[in-house]
Amino acid sequence: MRIGVVTFPGSLDDRDAARAIRLAGADAVALWHGDHDLHGVDALVLPGGFSYGDYLRAGAIASLSPIMTEVIDAANQGMPVLGICNGFQMLTEAHLLDGGLIRNDKGRFICRDQGLRIENNTSDWTTGFAANAEIVIPLKNGEGSFMASDETLKALEGEGRIVARYIGGNPNGSLNDIAGVTNARGNVVGLMPHPEHAVEAGFGPDTDDAMASGVDGLTFFTSVIARVLVAR
Amino acid sequence: MPTIVVEVMPKAELLDPQGKAIAGALGRLGQTQTALANISGVRVGKRFEISIDGAADADVLAAVRVLADSVLSNSVIEDVVGIHVQDAPSSAVA
Repeated sequence: MRIGVVTFPGSLDDRDAARAIRLAGADAVALWHGDHDLHGVDALVLPGGFSYGDYLRAGAIASLSPIMTEVIDAANQGMPVLGICNGFQMLTEAHLLDGGLIRNDKGRFICRDQGLRIENNTSDWTTGFAANAEIVIPLKNGEGSFMASDETLKALEGEGRIVARYIGGNPNGSLNDIAGVTNARGNVVGLMPHPEHAVEAGFGPDTDDAMASGVDGLTFFTSVIARVLVAR
Repeated sequence: MPTIVVEVMPKAELLDPQGKAIAGALGRLGQTQTALANISGVRVGKRFEISIDGAADADVLAAVRVLADSVLSNSVIEDVVGIHVQDAPSSAVA
């Protein structure tokens, strides 16, 4: 089981994503934005960061990278793809996911541990969660406010494509408190918060049990591994 | 050198936090400069100046229009509000 992580110029969380994949039990494969080769991976992560310095629009220039041709083809053929933060922005810019992300409504970069409710546990990346599971993972971005037309929003809601919703207050002005969405097929998921930063006790969010012991993010990665193994 | 100017603005119905912050600062200036007191809002957009080798003919303009809609703007959050041709890249106003 091999999961690729694409590094773009300005990616920051590619190594954390690779580490999360290894901790979940798969091999992490480093992929490069300038290549046209997915090296036979079974799933893909587009990591967080500030590709191309957020020039033009966050994720816009990265979405035109050479490797995105292969990423878009693979996604359209059903390969599981997770975009985290800047990766989510790339997926919207590449039209693999609906909606768009704009500056946080209060104009501030927000970095904090964030409560989420997982409202779709049938996507390739969320099957390991109980229905409406409440989790805490880090959120850290300046342009995380999810926007979509009324029509798109109705479709996302009506088709159960809201993967995660903010709980305990909306941090950034996202419509309907949306933190993550999926496509109709459920293989492509975009999340503004960072599951890869909550995968190992000692380095995750605080919990009632112990400081920094939160590992809620790991389930995204174990979910996709289980899904790919079942599909074989 | 012909220059095609493309102007993009955040959609009118979406909050523009950048413009709001600037408007707040201008409002503070307005407290001491009465000529600025009537500023009621600011929105911040983008202006692209695309230099063309050769003529900016109808084919080139049509191609740039496609680029403006597909790359230079994102129709979910922005609108292309103007495309026009000028003789040279802009310079400072006299």
